[in-house]
Amino acid sequence: MVTIADYTREKILYMLEMAREFEKHPNRHLLYGKVVATLFFEPSTRTRLSFETAANRLGARVIGFSDPMSTSSSKGETLNDTIKMVSNYADIIVMRHYLEGAARYASEVTDVPVVNAGDGAHQHPSQTMLDLYSIYKTQGTLENLHIYLVGDLKYGRTVHSLIQAMRHFNPTFHFIAPDELRMPEEYKIYCREHDIKFVEHKDFTAESITDADILYMTRVQRERFTDLDEYERVKNVYILRNAMLANTKPNLRILHPLPRVNEIAYDVDQNEKAYYFQQAQNGLYAREAILSDVLGITLDEVKADSLKIEATEKMSGAVKNITDDLPGVINNFKDNVEKMAKQVRDTFNR
Amino acid sequence: MKNGTVIDHIPSDKLFTVVALLGLEHLTNNITIGYNLDSKLLGKKGIIKIADKFFSNDEINRIAVVAPNVMMNIIRDYEVVEKKILQLPDELIGIVKCSNQKCITNNEPMPTRFHVIDKENCVIKCHYCEKEQSRAEIQIISNE
Repeated sequence: MVTIADYTREKILYMLEMAREFEKHPNRHLLYGKVVATLFFEPSTRTRLSFETAANRLGARVIGFSDPMSTSSSKGETLNDTIKMVSNYADIIVMRHYLEGAARYASEVTDVPVVNAGDGAHQHPSQTMLDLYSIYKTQGTLENLHIYLVGDLKYGRTVHSLIQAMRHFNPTFHFIAPDELRMPEEYKIYCREHDIKFVEHKDFTAESITDADILYMTRVQRERFTDLDEYERVKNVYILRNAMLANTKPNLRILHPLPRVNEIAYDVDQNEKAYYFQQAQNGLYAREAILSDVLGITLDEVKADSLKIEATEKMSGAVKNITDDLPGVINNFKDNVEKMAKQVRDTFNR
Repeated sequence: MKNGTVIDHIPSDKLFTVVALLGLEHLTNNITIGYNLDSKLLGKKGIIKIADKFFSNDEINRIAVVAPNVMMNIIRDYEVVEKKILQLPDELIGIVKCSNQKCITNNEPMPTRFHVIDKENCVIKCHYCEKEQSRAEIQIISNE
């Protein structure tokens, strides 16, 4: 899995349904005996933990590195050589790299499936998958939604991938960003080519978001600005505060790829429309689905596995009921035997 | 010329780029290079005649990246046996450098690969980082 743009509408829905199965039963043995390598040429604790948890919960074992300084690439080894070496050990390679296109290249030099866990500013498809799953779960559909993207729309790869993935579902996008961080022209062209409706705003106010189904917040980072005066002017403009949510739609949910700094005020956390922490949890299910899919495990197999788990649960429930009852049954039996013995004694004594 | 290749309709300002792209300075064949010749089509054109040399598609494709509508004639036994306008192929492999410094192809010993998405305007897209570039930005990988 290298880029979300390769995924058809059917494939996306298929993956979401698989994620839902994993949410029902996160712990399984589907990947028992497999080895998952997590190669992080650029540190990303959050993504790595999520992938490693997914692998562990599916029964796989994990090898890899999280610190590029400790790897052979810091000694000048090529990516080609590292990938070929790891391919001898692992059944799946999950890779994070600072160079763009690295995941595509890695997938071409090995037969082991490569999962892109982020390649520079290019793609981060597992993040998109969990975003889609969060939208699907909270809205009950991906169709015809009003999605507001707020903050850094220029460098934020998550928002770019989200646009590509949502093209199948007739969305209306609203781009809310300061001038310096506006949605790049190439993505607006992409929207026009794919008949995706979009509106651009500069203001971020309570009035501007009343129509939203999804509010996707991103971080406005100081280092992105060439003009620091401009940063000072806008840094407090693109902050979501609880008071702004009073007149929003009841189904609105707020997403954020995390980590947040100050773009969502802490008073929003209490609001039932805040969804960013559950969103991160959904990442686990989305990644369990991705790991299974790249190994060729189908949705039907996952569903069959769900049934097996449910049957086992039911059976052990039944057994437990019996064992729980056992002392009562034995006591009853004892009582009955004693009663019968007494009757026999009484009969003989008579 | 008995046998060989004639490359015609080269815009004058691209002539020496084409010469370099084909690596003609490394050849020992008889080569005639015409420069600033009058042309109805281009105003001034260049022409290259190389005796006893036939190019592979890969070699000749390089030209279309810098100069569109170049004509190639193949001569065998004093006759023109093939005449074709060079066209951008669907893919360019190992010919163009990616303009994105953070692209894997600029940091790993590997051939570059581009998809030609607009042949008319020569817009190409990196197979790896997916960055697009147009003819003005294109940098050819040197033939050395």
